Amino acid sequence: MENTLNENVLEVKDLQTRFRVQKRVVNAVSGVTFELKRGKVLGIVGESGCGKSVTAHSVLQLLPKVGHIENGSVMYYPKDGEPIDLSKYGPKSKEIRKIRGKDISMIFQDPMTTLNPVYTIGDQIVENLRKHEKLTKTEAKVRVIELLKKLGIPNPEIRFNEYPHQFSGGMKQRVMIAIAMICNPEILIADEPTTALDVTIQAQILGLMRSLQEEHGTSIILITHNMGIVAQMCDDVAVMYMGRVVEFGTLKQIFTEPKHPYTTALLRSVPVLGMDSDEDLETIEGSTPDASTVFKGCEFAERCKEARPECFKRFPKDTFFEDGHRVRCILYEENENG
Amino acid sequence: MAETEKLLVAEHIVKRYDMKKKLFDKEQKTLKAVDDVSFYINKGETFGVVGESGCGKTTLGKCVVRLHEPTSGKLYYNVDGEMKDLLNLDKKESFEMRKKIQIVFQDPYSSFNPVHTIYEAFDEPLRIHHMGNKEERMEIIADSLRKVNLQPEYMKRYPHEFSGGQRQRICIAKALALKPDLIVCDEPVSALDVSIQAQILNLMRKLQRELGVSYLFIAHDLSVVQYMSNRIAVMYLGKIVETADAKELHNMCLHPYTQALLSAVPIPKYGEKMAQMVLPGDVPSPINPPSGCHFHPRCEHCMEICKCEEPALRTIKGTTHQVACHLFDDDERFE
Repeated sequence: MENTLNENVLEVKDLQTRFRVQKRVVNAVSGVTFELKRGKVLGIVGESGCGKSVTAHSVLQLLPKVGHIENGSVMYYPKDGEPIDLSKYGPKSKEIRKIRGKDISMIFQDPMTTLNPVYTIGDQIVENLRKHEKLTKTEAKVRVIELLKKLGIPNPEIRFNEYPHQFSGGMKQRVMIAIAMICNPEILIADEPTTALDVTIQAQILGLMRSLQEEHGTSIILITHNMGIVAQMCDDVAVMYMGRVVEFGTLKQIFTEPKHPYTTALLRSVPVLGMDSDEDLETIEGSTPDASTVFKGCEFAERCKEARPECFKRFPKDTFFEDGHRVRCILYEENENG
Repeated sequence: MAETEKLLVAEHIVKRYDMKKKLFDKEQKTLKAVDDVSFYINKGETFGVVGESGCGKTTLGKCVVRLHEPTSGKLYYNVDGEMKDLLNLDKKESFEMRKKIQIVFQDPYSSFNPVHTIYEAFDEPLRIHHMGNKEERMEIIADSLRKVNLQPEYMKRYPHEFSGGQRQRICIAKALALKPDLIVCDEPVSALDVSIQAQILNLMRKLQRELGVSYLFIAHDLSVVQYMSNRIAVMYLGKIVETADAKELHNMCLHPYTQALLSAVPIPKYGEKMAQMVLPGDVPSPINPPSGCHFHPRCEHCMEICKCEEPALRTIKGTTHQVACHLFDDDERFE
């Protein structure tokens, strides 16, 4: 470990994010806790509506107007300097703007809509660079072209002056990565970066992210619903369901000894290449409840195969296992007690 | 033998779209969405078609259902042992054949008219095809809903009252109501969450076992296609580059594109890292495809002949495994 530096670069504690939609209150994220280790990749997996994207947006205060952080803290430990609690700053404050795009940056799911169609690619990357670093236009251009070359964009000098519509999907996602990586951020949040892309392009982008991460030591939060991508990319995994982290552990712990019934079912419900097609897939009965549902007990109990009467009555607590592996399930609380 | 009886035979299907001629275009541009594709589907089997976006897999599916009329080629369909040419039927026969081939679309949210109840959506095709009086039709609808594990009372509800997974079930039930022999499934699970996806896949397999329907299963997710299908065709830029049994495709695929496609699928297992065979470049535009073998600019085994001559689809002796690649020009295993 580097001198007194904290091992974690980001610690999210008991984060609660709420949305107010026409007098209704929706708890999108209700008490999420996780740590991102320096130079590692953390995967957040879950189905649509489980709050994984809202968690990521909460970290950078990028929530829509109706949403706000109700409770909890997001501690960021920069390489040099004091720890900062990001949740205490307003979404439009100077402080958070300094961090956004510089220390912590983000890649979004759909590269087709996140780029501004009336500016050139070069302009959009230079904008982020010059906002955070004092550089002349020519200096900035040199840096940008260098990065574009590294990202495998052919003829970067020409492409620099082109518009988004002249780029293919994979190329646009490379540009998004360039915008995010140009200031050498400490943390990169990638929200479903390859969902809109074809498999062969997905393999290119994932390879690229991995090599950038090895080179710069960036810590990455990778949000995805694809268990395959998690297995290939991540060091730690947080499994989310209905706004809560149900299981957190290292890649090995999650994939070789999953504890939570939801994690187990999720792993078994995807077809794997070369699997015996005579077997039926394991299913999770029912469908994800509406986000505004108020629960008295475990959110997953209704769909859980191992549910007990107790599961419907009270909320489960986190149970800790060796090496930071933790599970939010009543089944394991009992094991611990006796 | 009854088991290997062919249900549908497609020969040299071509679907061309003429692009709108712009002011300074010298010549008319055409897009060959499906370019000389031949395949067959056996009774009761699932034939998978896999490929990246823009490879023409959806167009192929729509040609089979005759939502698009193919530009050229032949489609034969087995009606009680007699192969009928689907593209050369009189009006009455054509109308009868519409019942036999049904389609399930990708997006269950836009496949329903929001102001019609499920009953109305189901009843229209039944009425058009004269499937009995009102009570009988109600019974057919209730029956098909039961087949997909939904309560018959649901037919009084509107589409917005259902979740994505339930809607996809209803789409399948709707396709089943006319008692088809073949259902074309165009990316039936790609809009759904993984846990729901497994429910739908299991349901489709169950229905196939019980009713003996055949599927033309179109998807971009190779692991899903491989799990569902008996045989698989891999498409690239409007052409089939390889067809093989599902198991064989995984164990000994021959075409470099299939190999790259397989190695690009992330494996959800700890310790099994992806093979580092990353395909460079993008899928070229089908308006102006590369000369010779369409795959040659991205292929690591590219030879001179690949750039000028299109490889033919050749079969390995004694199997149904077909490959279109110049690498095997001198291979003795091929016919």
